[in-house]
Amino acid sequence: MASIEFVKVSKSFDRQTVIEDLDLTIEDGKFTVLVGPSGCGKTTLLRMIAGIDPQTSGSVLIDGKDVTRIAPGKRGVAMVFQNYAIYPTMSVRENIEFGLVNNKVPKAERKRLVETIGATVGLNDYLDRKPSTLSGGQRQRVALARAMVKDPSVFLMDEPLSNLDAKLRVQMRIELIELHKKLGTTFVYVTHDQIEAMSMADTIVLMNKGVIQQEAPPEVVYRKPSNLFAAQFIGVPPMNIAPLGDDRATFGFRPESVVIGTEPESFHYTAKGEVITREMLGSETIYQVKTTDGHAFMVKCPDDRYHVDQQVCLGVPADQLFFFGPDENRVDEKDNRHREFMERLRGLAYG
Amino acid sequence: MDKRRIWEGIRPYVLIAPAMAGILLFVMYPVGYLIYLSLFKYNLMNKDKSKFVGLDNFTQILGRGDFYKALWNTSVYTAGVVILTMLLSLLIAVWLNKKGRFNSVVQAGIFTPHVVSIVSISLVWLWLMEPNQGLLNYLLKLVGLPPSAWLQSSKTALISVIIVSVWQAIGYYTLIIVAALQSISPSIYEAAALDNASKFKVFYKITLPMISPQLFFILIIMTIGSFKVFDTVQVMTGGGPNNATTTLVYYIYGFRTTNIGYSAATGVVLMAIIGLLTFIYFRLLSKKVHYQ
Repeated sequence: MASIEFVKVSKSFDRQTVIEDLDLTIEDGKFTVLVGPSGCGKTTLLRMIAGIDPQTSGSVLIDGKDVTRIAPGKRGVAMVFQNYAIYPTMSVRENIEFGLVNNKVPKAERKRLVETIGATVGLNDYLDRKPSTLSGGQRQRVALARAMVKDPSVFLMDEPLSNLDAKLRVQMRIELIELHKKLGTTFVYVTHDQIEAMSMADTIVLMNKGVIQQEAPPEVVYRKPSNLFAAQFIGVPPMNIAPLGDDRATFGFRPESVVIGTEPESFHYTAKGEVITREMLGSETIYQVKTTDGHAFMVKCPDDRYHVDQQVCLGVPADQLFFFGPDENRVDEKDNRHREFMERLRGLAYG
Repeated sequence: MDKRRIWEGIRPYVLIAPAMAGILLFVMYPVGYLIYLSLFKYNLMNKDKSKFVGLDNFTQILGRGDFYKALWNTSVYTAGVVILTMLLSLLIAVWLNKKGRFNSVVQAGIFTPHVVSIVSISLVWLWLMEPNQGLLNYLLKLVGLPPSAWLQSSKTALISVIIVSVWQAIGYYTLIIVAALQSISPSIYEAAALDNASKFKVFYKITLPMISPQLFFILIIMTIGSFKVFDTVQVMTGGGPNNATTTLVYYIYGFRTTNIGYSAATGVVLMAIIGLLTFIYFRLLSKKVHYQ
């Protein structure tokens, strides 16, 4: 087990700076998910921890120790790669064993470890097969087993589920949560998929363009996004945002907090509009509603009785509204401007 | 309806007929004729005076010292060229695989000998290896080493021919190995680094198995090619001195006017040897070759 710390870390590729002066602490034993759009630097951070693409300046600390000069194989970390990076010329057993052999673990001990881990991930019947004969899900398990067998203090995972089909991905997500609970080690997980981040993380580190936008547990990121980017990145569909006056301030609300009806009701924010599209997903239906003042809002509700071209009324309760200042940061309820923004919105509201 | 069924039946044969015609005419027929010739004491002046001698030519081959000498020379030449070329190309390829600024220039440069005719190359080397005026001996003297007789001594002639062949072949095979190396996913090396594998281990357990199909291909192609070496020998030594560089094909060439039947029989033996070698390679090594 180990905590990880980034101190004033910068990274550039061919003179192009990707990350500049970044500070971050990843807590010991937590499941931390680095999430953000592609190119935001999340994988770069992960590779710095592993040491396979060291930082240009600054230092990375594992368990309080600067590992800048320590080789990847000696940092006590294990990594699961996006394409699994299984050694294709070795059998499943040799794949899992390779790190142990290099660390001079005795043969009997190796055999025991491989078989225990093989049983854990359900690969014991395949130990002598070549990876090319395995399915995608099984290869994923080989990659996991190879990481687990080394008993690392830090688990690094670089989008490990993105090559699996949707159903298997959901199953593996649960297995990873259980695995983390069982091992209790530090997990650092990189993904661009906010659903993976929300479902698995103890702490989400949301990044954009090499800068950390928010670092908080999933429910906090969802309920109290620190800025416009966080509000729009987390949630499906993303938060509805519309301008609030002329000073680039905005207000927003989540699609699932809208009350939709045919008759106007009294809410802090109300709007009238027409259903443009309708996506029936089973347990819920997503509507896109174009309001009379020209905004397109997404609405998510269990009710599927509205149809395209129907005139509807939208309402949002006061406690479900978010406000963002001209600097794109969220204005908290305790902030003095919050009241002013609430008033401003009432002035905008329809009818 | 019936006509259509017949057509369905013969269509595949009609479709492969053009290719088969080519193979029959240009591969099967010459090989067959070679075997046919090997059974005759052939008269080039008057075909009708050719005499069927059965396996006489073959018994003669196996009883003659000069055939064994040629076979030995060819084997030494093949072993030398194959081992040296493979080792050197592998070394150079591993070096070129790192992304350096000059590497593309070096790669192009090293490939150039392959573009030049082997006859020109042989002539240039003939001149470089000239014992009195040649550049090689000049350089040897410059660094204080004793000069060599190169092609003019039966002790060094064969190794000199090997050097030229290796020099000519390296670029081409380096290119093949570089291509193979570049097809290995970098994340495998990253995984190996995290698995605490030493450089030697990475090379031995990951790189070599990953490029084994290409290495196996090179091994077979080069063995076959080296067994049939002719042009370098013809230009540089003419089989001499004292038959020190007479290879099998040059040996066959020696009888082209005097004894066609014997020549053909040696050709058949050469074919058999190459076939046997390839078979042995496959039996011994194909399990160690990893195909994706």
